[in-house]
Amino acid sequence: MTAPVIGASIRRKEDHRFITGQGRYTDDINRHGQTHAYFVRSPHAHAKLRGVDTSAARAAKGVVGVLTGADLAADKLGGLICGWMITSKDGTPMKAGAHPALAVDTVRYVGDHIAIVIAETYGQAKDAAELVKVEYEELPPVVDPAKAQSDATQVHAEAPRNTIYQWEIGNKPETEAAFAKAAQIVKLDLTNNRLIPNAMEPRACVGEYDDATSGYTLYVTSQNPHVARLVMSAFIGIAPEHKLRVVAPDVGGGFGSKIFIYAEEVVCTWASKKVRRPVKWTAERSESFLSDAHGRDHVTHAELALDADAKMLGLRVKTIANLGAYMSTFSSSVPTYLYGTLLSGQYDLSAIYAEVDAVYTNTAPVDAYRGAGRPEATYVIERIVEEAARQLKLDPVAFRRKNFVRKFPHQTPVIMNYDAGDYDASLDAALKLADYAGFPARKAAAKAQGKLRGLGFSTYIEACGLAPSAAVGSLGAGVGLWESAEVRVTPTGGVEVFTGAHSHGQGHETTFAQVVAGRLGIPMENVEIIHGDTNSVQFGMGTYGSRAAVGLTAVSRALDKIEAKAKKIAAHVLEASAADIVFENGEFKVAGTDRKLAFHEVALNAYVAHKFPTSEIEPGLKESVFHDPTNFTFPAGTHICEVEIDPDTGVTTIVSFTAVDDFGNVINPMIVEGQVQGGIAQGIGQALLEHGVYDKDSGQLITGSYMDYTMPRADDLPSYKLGFTVTPCPSNPLGMKGCGEAGAIASPAAVMNAVTDALGVKEFNMPATPSRVWAAIHRTRAAAE
Amino acid sequence: MPSVAMTVNGKAASGEVETRTLLVHFLRENLRLTGTHVGCDTSQCGACVVHVNGKAVKSCTMLAVQAEGAQVTTIEGLAKDGTLHPVQAAFKEHHGLQCGFCTPGMIMTAVDMIRRIPNLDEKTIRSELEGNLCRCTGYQNIVKAIDAASKEMKGAHA
Amino acid sequence: MYQFQYFRPKSLDEARKLYENNGDAKFLAGGQTLIPTLKQRLAQPTALIDLGGIAMSGIKVAGGVVTIGAGTKHFDVATSADVKGTIPALAHLAGHIGDPAVRHMGTLGGSIANNDPAADYPAAALGLGATIKTTSRSINADDFFTGMFETALEEGEIVTEVSFPVPEKAAYMKFPNPASRYAMVGVFVAKTKTGVRVAVTGAASSVFRESAMEAALAKSFTPDAVAGIKVSPANMNGDLHGTAEYRAHLVTVMAKRAVAAAIA
Repeated sequence: MTAPVIGASIRRKEDHRFITGQGRYTDDINRHGQTHAYFVRSPHAHAKLRGVDTSAARAAKGVVGVLTGADLAADKLGGLICGWMITSKDGTPMKAGAHPALAVDTVRYVGDHIAIVIAETYGQAKDAAELVKVEYEELPPVVDPAKAQSDATQVHAEAPRNTIYQWEIGNKPETEAAFAKAAQIVKLDLTNNRLIPNAMEPRACVGEYDDATSGYTLYVTSQNPHVARLVMSAFIGIAPEHKLRVVAPDVGGGFGSKIFIYAEEVVCTWASKKVRRPVKWTAERSESFLSDAHGRDHVTHAELALDADAKMLGLRVKTIANLGAYMSTFSSSVPTYLYGTLLSGQYDLSAIYAEVDAVYTNTAPVDAYRGAGRPEATYVIERIVEEAARQLKLDPVAFRRKNFVRKFPHQTPVIMNYDAGDYDASLDAALKLADYAGFPARKAAAKAQGKLRGLGFSTYIEACGLAPSAAVGSLGAGVGLWESAEVRVTPTGGVEVFTGAHSHGQGHETTFAQVVAGRLGIPMENVEIIHGDTNSVQFGMGTYGSRAAVGLTAVSRALDKIEAKAKKIAAHVLEASAADIVFENGEFKVAGTDRKLAFHEVALNAYVAHKFPTSEIEPGLKESVFHDPTNFTFPAGTHICEVEIDPDTGVTTIVSFTAVDDFGNVINPMIVEGQVQGGIAQGIGQALLEHGVYDKDSGQLITGSYMDYTMPRADDLPSYKLGFTVTPCPSNPLGMKGCGEAGAIASPAAVMNAVTDALGVKEFNMPATPSRVWAAIHRTRAAAE
Repeated sequence: MPSVAMTVNGKAASGEVETRTLLVHFLRENLRLTGTHVGCDTSQCGACVVHVNGKAVKSCTMLAVQAEGAQVTTIEGLAKDGTLHPVQAAFKEHHGLQCGFCTPGMIMTAVDMIRRIPNLDEKTIRSELEGNLCRCTGYQNIVKAIDAASKEMKGAHA
Repeated sequence: MYQFQYFRPKSLDEARKLYENNGDAKFLAGGQTLIPTLKQRLAQPTALIDLGGIAMSGIKVAGGVVTIGAGTKHFDVATSADVKGTIPALAHLAGHIGDPAVRHMGTLGGSIANNDPAADYPAAALGLGATIKTTSRSINADDFFTGMFETALEEGEIVTEVSFPVPEKAAYMKFPNPASRYAMVGVFVAKTKTGVRVAVTGAASSVFRESAMEAALAKSFTPDAVAGIKVSPANMNGDLHGTAEYRAHLVTVMAKRAVAAAIA
């Protein structure tokens, strides 16, 4: 028999088309009679629209149509929605302003959508867009989230003091008591810098209306086509769900930014009926910078209470979360249930109280970006833990160990119930890989060369899967977070798997096929994974939050059903009792005999249906499952970063980065390592390079291209030392936890703990760019002189 | 509209373009060679890298009319008779891609790099990738793939 | 991009005539700055006159001078045995402009004529005291770079070649902008027959000579000679990536490192 398929580094099935240029991304799709769209966007951060004159644009060469917010309103289309209701601590629901897909009377950020210009060619659409005359009455913009609540300007009439909600989590009285009896309190102010996701494929869509069926098709760069269809149908009202097909073909990276339902895809779909032609739009990168949902952007004050023995007693956190000018699809959940629930970290903390105020500003909407809330939580807890160790003059390792959770299940004061883990194991492995013992000597050697060395830890935990549905529903989620799978066996023994998960780099076509092939004992090439088309897959929630483990469990459970039915059929064919049929290595055998059927023979029998009573067993072999997990999964681990700083230039070099993660059981180690490497790169990007910056007076996006937004390049990054420990996850049959975000969640704190260690400063915000690091050194030296 | 003629992946190709049509758009729209991608508008991401007269260039920073008479090779023209180029094979073997969007530009840059530089090491590869952005992989496996392909190709020619 | 007419003349004479006959024409060299500018719709020329069809490239070494045709690509300068053998600092500089694909297209003449405040070649031209030859005259580098994106070139005048005197010692140190990788500060130091020259790019509105450093290095061509020289931040650029003070500081650090590299 061949080597096990599950757990092997099988090379990816999907690669061939990508390395030969045969990938099929949205912009590669061209429909018959297609037109091209360009959006007129606001150049102002905040303004009243006094008039939108499209007459000259309509008359321009090649123009097919120009549509504005007035046209959208005339067709009574609903606005974009936020699908997670957050309730403030005073019991009131969040205060959301309207979000029309094309602005009606006010524009609220630079890049806000005003009109769509549709023409025969893209160049003509862009030329004509310059002819749309918009009269603005400029208003002062709200830019700084920390000052938004006291700003005289209000972004939305619905939200006084620009405050969307004031949310709390944890046990306040216990936390107050913990601080009252603390021997020491450590305080830290932190910002979590705004990031711009920058999937390499810019967002794109093609909307197409078919008169013959009065149905729409939308091809779109989406991580979750079914949710896009649901929202566009139920809330925006473009068409009933059965008259709207959404296809997400190959998608060139998402990292969260392609979860959301955006104005452009709504407008292009709607407009395709107005102009009776397919309408295609592809973002230029500068438009991506302006209008993709951004990530992070928190301002936080944290306090940690400790007893005289360095045991953590309580944690208090106050955060202002910037949600931008409108509430994007899942924005409200990110700084609340995806953030506050992870503030216990790996630590046995019996008292935690966190408050989060979400505010509107005249900036692009902010929503989930790789890790979504969990990087922000990890950054808070791991920075303050490291700072506490420094203030207590304790080794950061010993201090952490003193406070680790070691008994499972472990109920935190912030909802989560950790099911399994071994935090010492990953810490031990990481210390060894990073040669922690040798660090003092390396630091001394660097000092002799005039360089500053620092080392930082991040012992993180995160929560994947975002489920069970009833639990998230009780917390305000607008949808259930289960996942579906349908397994269809063809009469000749091929297997088609229809999954609601969507692959945009994660390699599902390989890992899902591994699970199927491994389970059924059939070759990988006999398995086809089908995803991303609402016409093929009945329903699904898409991919984010490392939810593929949920999708894989759904597949696994569907395979259980396939096996059960196939055994019944095999029993009839082999004239044995179903109880005597065993399934191994792709064969159904009568136990203790040499009578057997290959998988494909049972498949054929299922469809031929000659040898079993169809009154008892239906012909065919197809099963589906809607799987709702019983718990989140809890990946955890240790990241260690070692940096060297050149005090003359302020340049920080990562000399070594070690990550040891516990993702439970792993389907494909090669793919998991790739996910970790990519995640760490984004985390290092956040810590050292990336920063979405708006001008504080004008609200203009200063970092609007790669000329100013520092994307991590190959020579900014080292190769990482990776290790894995395993505690299988008890809440799914495959024991998986999820690996997509850990790198981005854990690494920023490790890097910044290393940077502050090297600099010998307490407070230092990301990104640690050369100029800011140099300024810190300069300040320290000036103060010393 | 001016017409333009060039050789693309060994075959004669021509078409009518606007003077402002970029080479990448001629390849994608006129010739339907959609393997070459556009990932930015400031000539930095490298998703559009193709070879013009044997050298890697950014096809988003060259007018189609500038390529009149040129020999152009795109990602679609790299494999010969169904056999992957060693760099393509190495990207698959070493998991040098995830979403695949930057991959054509990465591979075309890598082929050019290996042609120019006989003894590549990690530092050189990372520095030579300055004009190619990838958001998925963190570059580690791209570097590994290029290193492996470089060694393999050197072995084959030795 | 806006619409424009496109011409590809075969001779400088033809190019000049096309320029005169087209209202708001621009010359297109390698296009690695101009095309991105046009893509952003930051310029709207009526015509582009592509100089790529005119034979203007090549490298000659004679009489202690390296003469490089304006159409020579950065890649060819970076890899030229002649340049590496005579002015390795110039080859090094050319090998660090943009990225490999940009170096396959970008040209010396285009870079010099554009005079981007963060470009590298102006530092070499000014640092080595080069002579810029055009369709109508020869211009000293000291007189050529006149301001941000401004040069002494007249309307329709085309750079044809640049002559770099071979120095005794020279080096270029660039501190790249972390995002764009253009020079945030680039310092070219050269010890030449006529004296020490220090040219700084990236830091201010245009490339400039740092005379205090030149004087100090004339006395002692060592890193220590410039280490203590504080550059005034008064005329330095300041932005998201670095304050004027930081850039001023980097000028000293890069100058020190360039001198160290030059004497290494």
